[in-house]
Amino acid sequence: MSEATQSVASSSWFEASARQRVAALTDPGSFVEIIGPEQREISPHLAIFDLPVQFDDGMIIGRAVLGGRPVLVAAQEGRFMGGAFGEVHGAKLTGLLRAATEHHLDVVILFDTGGVRLQEANAGELAIGEIMRALVEARLAGAKVIGLIGGRAGCYGGGGLLAGCCSTLIVSEQGRISVSGPEVIETNKGVEEFDSRDRALVWRTMGGKHRYLIGGADAFVDDEAGAFRQAALAALDRPSRFGLEVLQAEQRRLERRLERFGAARDGTDVWTALGVAEPAGIPDLGTDEFLRRAAGKRETADDAR
Amino acid sequence: MTLDEILTSLFPEGHSIAVSDGLILGEGPLRDGGAIHVLGIAAETPLGVEGALTLARRVLDVAARDGAEPILVLIDSSSQRMSRRDELLGISEYLAHLAKAFMLAETRGHRTIGLLYGGSAAGAFIATALAAGTLVALPGAHPAVMDLPSMARVTKLPLDVLEEKAKATPVFAPGLENLAKTGAIQTIWDPRTPLARQLREWLATSAAGDGRDRLGAERGGRPKAAAIAARVVAEQSGA
Amino acid sequence: MENLSFTLKAPAAAGGARPRAIVGVVASGNLEVLAERISPAGACTVEIATSAHGFGAVWQAVVTDFVARRAAGGLRLSINDGGARPDTVALRLAQAVRLIEEPGA
Repeated sequence: MSEATQSVASSSWFEASARQRVAALTDPGSFVEIIGPEQREISPHLAIFDLPVQFDDGMIIGRAVLGGRPVLVAAQEGRFMGGAFGEVHGAKLTGLLRAATEHHLDVVILFDTGGVRLQEANAGELAIGEIMRALVEARLAGAKVIGLIGGRAGCYGGGGLLAGCCSTLIVSEQGRISVSGPEVIETNKGVEEFDSRDRALVWRTMGGKHRYLIGGADAFVDDEAGAFRQAALAALDRPSRFGLEVLQAEQRRLERRLERFGAARDGTDVWTALGVAEPAGIPDLGTDEFLRRAAGKRETADDAR
Repeated sequence: MTLDEILTSLFPEGHSIAVSDGLILGEGPLRDGGAIHVLGIAAETPLGVEGALTLARRVLDVAARDGAEPILVLIDSSSQRMSRRDELLGISEYLAHLAKAFMLAETRGHRTIGLLYGGSAAGAFIATALAAGTLVALPGAHPAVMDLPSMARVTKLPLDVLEEKAKATPVFAPGLENLAKTGAIQTIWDPRTPLARQLREWLATSAAGDGRDRLGAERGGRPKAAAIAARVVAEQSGA
Repeated sequence: MENLSFTLKAPAAAGGARPRAIVGVVASGNLEVLAERISPAGACTVEIATSAHGFGAVWQAVVTDFVARRAAGGLRLSINDGGARPDTVALRLAQAVRLIEEPGA
């Protein structure tokens, strides 16, 4: 089901709803929702906490066409319960990935999540485990699973682990990928370890530019739906790979990263070690200049992941 | 049971398992011949980038071997290590890599069984306990997504209110029974029966697909997940 | 949660042929409206789930006003409310009806 599309003036990915992102990403009119909101498959657990439900439980799934190719699509609504995983939300994605295996279809996941819903913590955590299993099986069956990260909630907690299982990750400056969030680190380890209110620190540590430079993301794009679409199309053109060799390459890649940057205290130290020109100025660069400075210097994950 | 008691009960003939920096690594003999690789986390140690890499390296070594040597994952961990450095280095990728390694080993004929005997939480739980092909536990294990007092702070509900709600549903509060009800834990092993025998019984079963959602439905902990996932598959098939 | 339901006379039918449309997000100060073309002709049903108790009269006023001013016959409008103000509710109701009237599937 489509929602009123944004005006042409603003196609910001960050500002868009999950439905708007799906509409902007996929070939016009091609998205067919599975278990749409009219099915009213809501969370059975939020009522205990007197919390409102959303008819799609914040997870929109379906099939679509992207650049002429059939794909399965999942999009998280980051403004509902922080995009966090609950029982139904998670099960929709689990089912979609199982369908991807059965039908040999590539999958595009539009992440926007703070992690697992506390009110459904055990179900949410378990959902992450099941999604991961289904994702890996889909990749073993030859499907590509492409992750898009650039929303308000970022990609935190269990979502960060799922992102790490994707075959390609596309990120914008607004995107963040992390397991422990800034507040969680600060609460547990103190403000000296991580000042969660220092936004610049958050972005230097977990933000899209840093992840792209250190090899945690494969493509860096503008905060713009068209840019995400182009990058997703390019990702769909790549061959799909997964198996022992890929994981062995990943092992070497992650070991090398530790050797190279294990002593770094801050994102700027990492970028300095990479040999990027004027590392302190990286956060202020526009996309084109950033990509120019990153070229040839950033870490990649081309034969790994 | 302490780790030593567990290892003795699993491998009464002896074993080559040692703990170093909170990581468990080694092998134990199986009565019917062959060995089982044993690795994991001890002493409620947090799982950081180095630990994840070390464990993944061992798992991939096993996965690369011919034969069907299984892997036992012993778990008494904290959560993922919470530090600026771990996040800077991309701990999400390290933990995902460990999870993928377990899953790959399983598909290559090296069955993986997780034995939760202590704590485990969040990213560490996902990368180990939930990544194993089968998860069992010993009584006294205390897995948790988040402790109730922290949950009370974050949800801004009084702790006693949360505790009341926890009696009505297994879906959010920490604890072994709740994780068993939701389908995460297949069986709770009996500490009074030799663990070696229970391990053998598990080894005699065959690997199956991921049935945790159906288990959660049967046990009443997750009423909707299995049906929703199945319906998604069916609706795509009917397309 | 408080559940409210209003069925009002709506002699003018909503236009278009789409079976359903959805707008909004269930977030603080916001709401979602699911519009379905399933009410009997000449009537509009509005169903609301809200965690803010005791505002029945306000909802009644907003809904009555909306149905009086907008052709919404034949529609069921289902709302999950995140504590939205009346003007936001009115906006979303209008957006939902406008969307269901759009041409195409």
